[in-house]
Amino acid sequence: MTDTMLEVTGLSVRFRTDAGTVPAVNEVSFTLARGETLALVGESGSGKSVTSLAVMRLLPPPPGCDVRGQVRLAGTQELLALPEPVMREIRGSRIAMVFQEPMTSLNPVLPIGEQIAEPLRYHRGIPRAAASKEATRLLERVGIPEPGKRLASYPHQLSGGMRQRVMIAIALACDPDVLIADEPTTALDVTVQAQILELLKDLQARTGMAMLFITHNLGVVAEVADRVMVMYAGRVVEQAPARTLFHAPRMPYTRGLLQSVPRMVPLEALGAPLAAIPGNVPDPANLPYGCAFAPRCAHMRPDPCEAALPALDPVAPDHLVRCARWQDLAA
Amino acid sequence: MRHRLALGGLAIILLLVLLAAFGPYVSPYNELTIDIRHRFAAPFAGTHILGTDQLGRDMLTRLEMAGRISLTVGCAAMVLSTIAGTVVGVLAGYYGGVIGAVLMRLVDAMLCFPSIFLLLALAAFVEPSLLSITVIIAATGWMEVARLVEAQVRALRDRDFAVAALALGASDRMIMFRELIPNAVAPIVVAATLNVARAILLESYISFLGYGIQPPVPSWGNMLNNAQEYLVSAPWLAILPGAAITLAVTGFNFLGDGLRDALDPRLDIR
Amino acid sequence: MATTPSPILSVHALRKEFALRRRLPLGPRDTVKAVDDISFFVVEGEVLGLVGESGSGKTTVGRTVLRLMEPTGGTIRFRGRDITHLSRHALRPVRSDMQLVFQDPFASLNPRMTIGRIVETPLLVHRPKLAAAERRELVADALRLVGLAPEFAARYPHEFSGGQRQRVGIARALILRPGFLVADEPVSALDVSIQAQVVNLLRELRAELGLSILFIAHDLAVVGHISDRVAVMYLGKLVELAPTRTLFRTPRHPYTEALLSAAPEPDPDRRRARIVLAGDPPSAVNPPSGCRFRTRCRYAEPACAEAIPPLNEVAPGHFSACRRPELVLQGAG
Repeated sequence: MTDTMLEVTGLSVRFRTDAGTVPAVNEVSFTLARGETLALVGESGSGKSVTSLAVMRLLPPPPGCDVRGQVRLAGTQELLALPEPVMREIRGSRIAMVFQEPMTSLNPVLPIGEQIAEPLRYHRGIPRAAASKEATRLLERVGIPEPGKRLASYPHQLSGGMRQRVMIAIALACDPDVLIADEPTTALDVTVQAQILELLKDLQARTGMAMLFITHNLGVVAEVADRVMVMYAGRVVEQAPARTLFHAPRMPYTRGLLQSVPRMVPLEALGAPLAAIPGNVPDPANLPYGCAFAPRCAHMRPDPCEAALPALDPVAPDHLVRCARWQDLAA
Repeated sequence: MRHRLALGGLAIILLLVLLAAFGPYVSPYNELTIDIRHRFAAPFAGTHILGTDQLGRDMLTRLEMAGRISLTVGCAAMVLSTIAGTVVGVLAGYYGGVIGAVLMRLVDAMLCFPSIFLLLALAAFVEPSLLSITVIIAATGWMEVARLVEAQVRALRDRDFAVAALALGASDRMIMFRELIPNAVAPIVVAATLNVARAILLESYISFLGYGIQPPVPSWGNMLNNAQEYLVSAPWLAILPGAAITLAVTGFNFLGDGLRDALDPRLDIR
Repeated sequence: MATTPSPILSVHALRKEFALRRRLPLGPRDTVKAVDDISFFVVEGEVLGLVGESGSGKTTVGRTVLRLMEPTGGTIRFRGRDITHLSRHALRPVRSDMQLVFQDPFASLNPRMTIGRIVETPLLVHRPKLAAAERRELVADALRLVGLAPEFAARYPHEFSGGQRQRVGIARALILRPGFLVADEPVSALDVSIQAQVVNLLRELRAELGLSILFIAHDLAVVGHISDRVAVMYLGKLVELAPTRTLFRTPRHPYTEALLSAAPEPDPDRRRARIVLAGDPPSAVNPPSGCRFRTRCRYAEPACAEAIPPLNEVAPGHFSACRRPELVLQGAG
C-alpha cells in the first residue's frame, strides 16, 4: 500500500503582465507516493517550473500571480491556503527544493557549512555546534570528500558538481517527505550528471522520500523516473509509468519528442536525419483554440482537434492522455 | 505611475519651450525697453502680467527671452557633452588596456574639480558669450556620460553579438558605432536629459555670479543677480526667475527619471 | 593519408594559454593551458565533431581556429595557407570564408537591430559596393535558405523563439557562402524538439552548400547524428579521434568510454551499469602529471603518471592517447 505524500488537484497559475493575463499552468493534477519519483517533462513554456514553484508557494503574491487549486501534503494540510508563517515552517523541512543553477542558489558570501546548518537551526532549533556536526555528516552523505574541512569553503571554491551536492545536502537536512528537483543536472557536465543522479537515487532509496523531478531531458527521465507526466503549453498531455511512456506513448507530442531525441543506439541510426516536430512552442498568451499541439501535429484533423480542448482520457488506469484522436491512432 | 511623471516633465518642458519660442512675438513688450514710470509694477496688477523690474522692463517677456537662452545653452551643452562623453567612453570601453586606463583616469581627474570652480576658473579666462559659456558648461558635463558609456561598452563588447561582428571581420569603428553604441543608448539618453537640467542650473549659477550672460541680455541667472537688492521691496523680481529655473530643472529631471524606467527594461527582452 | 582530399583546415600542435591574476604582487602568474598541443584536420566537405565537457578547451579551440584569439603556439592552416599569425587586416578576406555560429541564440543577435540588418552585416563588411536592393535580395535568400520567411527581415530578435533566432544566426554566418563553419554548441540552448530541427537544417545545408563544419558540443548523441568523425577532448588535450560509428562502437580511450556510459539514453530498459567517474575534473591550472585523465580513470597504472601519452593510430583512421591500447572498452552499441 503506497502512502500518498503529495496530492495536487486542479493547480492553475496565471500571471498578470502588461500584455494581459497569461495562463502558465492549467488544471494540473498528480499524486506522489512515498519512495516514488515522478518526472515532469516539458519544453519552454510548458509550465513545469511554475508548477513546482506553485507547490512550494514561491510565486509572487496576487495580483501579479494568481494560484488556484489544491495542494495536499501527506494527506493532511492544504498548502495553498496556509498563512505564510506556517508555510515557512513546512518549506525546507517537509518539502525541499533543489534548483538548476547551484551558483546562484547558494549564497556566495556564506561558507557552505553555515548554509547547510541554516535549515537545521531554523526548523529544528539545533544549536550551532551540533548543527555543524550534522552538516559534516550531511556532506559525507552526499559524497563530498573531507567534509569536515569543506565546511568553511565558499561556493565559488567548489566545482559545479560539488555545489549541487551541497544544495542537495541543504535540501535533505531536515529529512523532507518530498523533494522537488528542478532541472538539477541541466547545468552540469554529463559525467557529473551521472554522479548526481546516482546520488539522488541512492538517497531516495535510503530515506523513502518522494521526488518530483523536473527536466526537459528524456534520457534523464528514463534514468530516474517511476512515472512520467508530460506537459505542453501549461497542461498535462500525458501521464504514465515510465516504461509505458517510452515504449507505448499515445500522445502525438510525446511520440514526436521521443522520435526527435538523438540517440546513440542503434548505431546505424547515427547519421540519419532526426524526425523533428515542425513549428514552434505556442505563446502562452496566445494559445490556439482546442488542442494546443494541433498546429504542429501530423495527425491533426480540424474536427475534433481544433473544435474543443481534449480532456484527459484514461487509456489504462495509470495512463492518461489528452488527445482527441488517441483511439484512432495506432498504438 | 512613472510614465505619468515623465509625461508631466515633458509637458512642463513643452510649455516652457513654447513660451520661450513664441511668447516674445505675442507680447506687446520688448525685454529691453526701459520704462521708468512703470517700474516695480507688481505681478497680476496691471498691464504687465508678471510685473516689471527695477528699470520698468516687462518681466514676462524678459523671462521668456531668458528662457530662450537657458534652454538653448542647456540643450547645446548637453549635445556637446554627450557627444564628447560618448566618444571617450566608447574608446575607453572598447579598447580597454592602456588606452582605457588613461582615458578613464583623465575622466576621474576632471571629476575631481567641483564643477562650479571649474566653470568659474574657465570663465575667468574667456570672454563670456553664448558659445563660450556653452562650451565651458559642456566641458564640465561630459565626464559622467563617459563613465556610463565606458561601463556599458565594456560589458557589451564581450557579448556574443559583438564577438560575432568581430568574427565577420568588421572594423573596430563598425563594431563600436553599429553594434555597441545603439545598445548603450538608454543610459546615454537618461544621462543626457539630466544633463540639460544640470546645464541650465550651471548657466544660472555663473550668470548669477556675473561671469555668464551679461546684461542687458536677460538670463534667469543674471535676473536673479539683479534681484538681490530688491528682495524685500520687490520679491517677485527674484521669485519669478527662481521659479522658472526650478520649473525647467524639475521638468527635465522628471523626464529623465521617467525615461530611465521606460527604456531600461526593454534592454533585456528575451 | 595521401588518398584523402585536401584538408580545408589543418591544425598542428595548437596551444592556447590564458594567464590568471598573480596571487602575490610580482609573483609568478598561474596559467591555464586551455588548449595543449592539439593537432587535427578537417577535410573539405566533412563534419568533424569536437566533444568535451566544461574545461576541456573545445570552445577555445573553436575560437582560436577562427583567429578570434591568437594561439600561444602551433600552426593553423586554412586552405593550405598559414593564418596563425596573420594581422587582423590580412585576415579580413579570409574571414568571409570561415564563420561561426554561437551557442546562445539570445545573446548572439544584436537586440537593437532588425533581422535584416543583422544578416546583412557581413555584406557591409566584405561587399561594401553592393547596392541596397542587391543586399536585400541576398538577405532574403539567406533567410529562405534557413527556412525563415523573407518578411522576417523587418522584425526584431525579441519577437522570435530560440530556434528561429538560431536560424538567423546561421543565415548570417552563411550569407557569404563560406567554405568552413565552426558551430559552437549550436543546439545546447534550444528545446529538445527544436534541436532536432536545427541539426537537420545544418545537415541539409552541409549537403547543399558543400560546407565543412567543426561541430562543437558536449552532447555525444547530437554530435553522433551530424558528424563524420569525432574528436574527444579532456582538459586541453585530444584523447581520441575516430570516425563516428567506430568511436561509438569501439572506443579506445577510457574517457570516451566513460562519456558514452554516462550519457543517459531515453529508454528505461537500458539502464545499464554505469561507469561513474569518481571525483571532479582536476584543475586546469595544475593538471596531473602524465596522462591528465589518470586521476579518474579506472584503468590507471602507476606508469600513467610518468609521461603524457601521445596520440597513436590504433587502427586505420582511429587515434587514441592512452598508454594502454590493449584495453577492451565498452561502446554504446
